[in-house]
Amino acid sequence: MPEWVEVIIRSLAIIAGLFFISKLLGKKQLSKLSFFEYVVGITIGDIAGTLSMDTNLNLTNGIISIAIWVMIPVIISFISMKSPSFQQFIEGKPTVFIKNGKIMEENLKKEKYPLAALLEQLRKNNVHHASDVEFAILETTGELSILLKKEKQPITVGDIKTNVAPVKEPQTVIMDGKIMDEALSTTGLNRRWLKEKLDQLGVAVENVFLAQVDSYGQLTVDLYDDKVKVPEPVEKQLLLSSLKKVEADFELYALQTENTEAKNMYIKNRKKIAEMIKTLTPFLQG
Amino acid sequence: MIGLTVASQVKQTLASLKSIHAGLQNLAITSTDEETKRVFHENMLISEEIINDVKSRIGELEFEEPEYKGF
Repeated sequence: MPEWVEVIIRSLAIIAGLFFISKLLGKKQLSKLSFFEYVVGITIGDIAGTLSMDTNLNLTNGIISIAIWVMIPVIISFISMKSPSFQQFIEGKPTVFIKNGKIMEENLKKEKYPLAALLEQLRKNNVHHASDVEFAILETTGELSILLKKEKQPITVGDIKTNVAPVKEPQTVIMDGKIMDEALSTTGLNRRWLKEKLDQLGVAVENVFLAQVDSYGQLTVDLYDDKVKVPEPVEKQLLLSSLKKVEADFELYALQTENTEAKNMYIKNRKKIAEMIKTLTPFLQG
Repeated sequence: MIGLTVASQVKQTLASLKSIHAGLQNLAITSTDEETKRVFHENMLISEEIINDVKSRIGELEFEEPEYKGF
């Protein structure tokens, strides 16, 4: 067959082959690679490319070669999973560069890491003062992981409030106008509920580009037509203000009534409502 | 609320309580987090107790103000 046809066939075959190989190797290979994995990847690419182009090369031999280059890292990963000491032999150990706020100069020397390089890594992580760092470790991939001193860490919700309501992942129920039934069933809701909610907003399923449901069952939508404003879900906030109004009502009735029994009933229930407001506020305000 | 009888004021409060009950029931169903569901459910039950107390009181008021019964 003409040479260019053979090149097309070789190329397609090798692309398909590499694709299946990368599926086999899984997600770990695609994340930050160690130096060894990086070099192996480049070599495989090189062999594959040459093989696609050069019709003088024996295709079978080439495929065997790629298979070896691919299998070795797979076998190494497998053994590393079983034996931590083997994993350490292959990948090496991470090195501590800063401990208790102090830079470990000996370790920097050991890794042949100039101080300027350390400062650069810190700045890349938005740390300009080495004295802000409590602990820093150089990973086997060459990345620097940093733990800031507590007073330099940004505040979290837990630092300010004590009674934080838990939150679970939202579900995307409409994508590009199509209802995602699997996501919908994960929330425990169904199409009828969804259509009802959309009717309340005055939109049809076809108008919706994206719709998501949060862990409270509140629906937010993005429409194809960007000029239309969709109201924010306010059910939770309305419930909370309703509770506060009832609390105020009970207080008023307790004062108004001359009937002692009624007075006590209102006082008792006002307290119940106050408790409800206290418990529910973290859940309803968010 | 000037001009309204006590009974009709309290009935409005009852209506608010009923919608609070429905809201809590709804949230208990649609929430996905276990603790969240439990909190909404428990408070829904408390609101039921309060509704019962208020209903009894309305009954008493209607007995005292029979001309405004049913408003």
